[in-house]
Amino acid sequence: MKGKRHGIEVSIALADAVKLCDADVIAAYPITPQTHIVEHLAELVAEGELDAEYIPVESEHSALSACLGSAAAGARTFTATAGQGLELMHEVLYVASGMRLPIVMAVANRALSAPLSVWGDHSDAMAVRDTGWIQIFTENGQEVVDQIICAFKIAEHHKVLLPVMVHLDGFNLSHVIEPIEMPDQQDVCSFAPHNRSPLTLHPNHPVAMGDFAPPVVFTEAKWAQEQAMLSVKPTIIEVWDEFARKFGRPYKPVECYKCDGAKNLLFTMGSFSETAMTAVDKLRQAGVDIGLVRLRLWRPFPFEEFRAAVKDAETLLVLDRCISSGGPGGPVASELKSALYNLDKKPKVVSFVGGLGGRDITVAGFEKIIVDGLELAEKGQERIFEIVGVRE
Amino acid sequence: MAKSENELTWKDIEIGAAVIEPGSAAAYRTGDWRSQRPTYDFSRCLKCGICFVFCPEGCIRQNQKGFFEANPYYCKGCGICAYECPTRVIVMREEEEK
Repeated sequence: MKGKRHGIEVSIALADAVKLCDADVIAAYPITPQTHIVEHLAELVAEGELDAEYIPVESEHSALSACLGSAAAGARTFTATAGQGLELMHEVLYVASGMRLPIVMAVANRALSAPLSVWGDHSDAMAVRDTGWIQIFTENGQEVVDQIICAFKIAEHHKVLLPVMVHLDGFNLSHVIEPIEMPDQQDVCSFAPHNRSPLTLHPNHPVAMGDFAPPVVFTEAKWAQEQAMLSVKPTIIEVWDEFARKFGRPYKPVECYKCDGAKNLLFTMGSFSETAMTAVDKLRQAGVDIGLVRLRLWRPFPFEEFRAAVKDAETLLVLDRCISSGGPGGPVASELKSALYNLDKKPKVVSFVGGLGGRDITVAGFEKIIVDGLELAEKGQERIFEIVGVRE
Repeated sequence: MAKSENELTWKDIEIGAAVIEPGSAAAYRTGDWRSQRPTYDFSRCLKCGICFVFCPEGCIRQNQKGFFEANPYYCKGCGICAYECPTRVIVMREEEEK
């Protein structure tokens, strides 16, 4: 089912994908670099192209609260945010996942103040990794569109019923114009039909949501939620497989590039992966033994797939776009280390933090990370993590 | 509620921990954090029902003899009934005391 590819800004394409999914309610507060997404959705609603309720709110906290209500009533609900906005939503994120509401949110990843920065960074995504939302990282514009469509199907699936965040790097992805193939409306409707939650607010079937739980039952409630989170991975893979059959683009939780037989692996998430691939290509030609592993699914963390991808590697170089302040460097690196800790045979992990607040890492930058990382792995790392390109 | 809150397993929890049975809060032992409980000397009781009116927990009922008494399953021990009682029927005592 091949459509026509045309140049379009990724934010606009994302909003069009939400339209293709026929969202019922959109509540969002514009924040850079997410603004174009909700601006375009507001236009689509105003022009009658999308039959949805667009709720103007006074803050991100209210935006997600409005989404909470509409999702509880059974409406297909979308919102988008970034950086500080995601932090302002923070407490409501727990309510949405605890109440098992299938909200879909696009996050145009941005650094967190201070100093004020509107540019790309994964600090916002990492700060909300324990809120019970499914988190998917995207690499390019096409993937953003595809993952938004999949996100609605995943979130509303009867075996899932959890909110989903689709992460796209601020500016690096949100504001670039890429050739994107927009799926056909008919195909999207048949792929991701509106799947009503079995438990919604309705006058004829009264139900109380998010109720008070005393200590004697809170653990059980959280474990029930955690069991749901732990069991969604097969469903996500099933949805991605179905997407591949219908639209011809396959997606996996962990992807490997030139990993076969590679002793050294570089690990990335988000839009840096394509730059890193070019660096891997160049170094491979120069005879360096290097492959690339990239993670698409961050929550729930795909432990088996990740362990399988690195099982033959000796060195794993990890790039984090976030600092876990006063901690082990990057949150991703520390997570990967903990995923490997109990294995007998595991690669040595070298942790890098870089690309903060929109700092670009070029192909040459990645080549340097790889070369330096391999050297550090050999002679041993003195620091807990290395910071990329900082001026001393 | 079919099971008391002590017997609920995680598998019994509804999706999103929703409560689908109206009035099920009656099954929760809200009196278990009480540090003081009301005790009664009914010889002075006028059966006026002022304690019943003021009880914020709504846990006071008339017993078979017509005296008003708090249900310890729900009574949080706030002492408002003892404060409002015009004839000092009710005295708050520490939980450990007899």
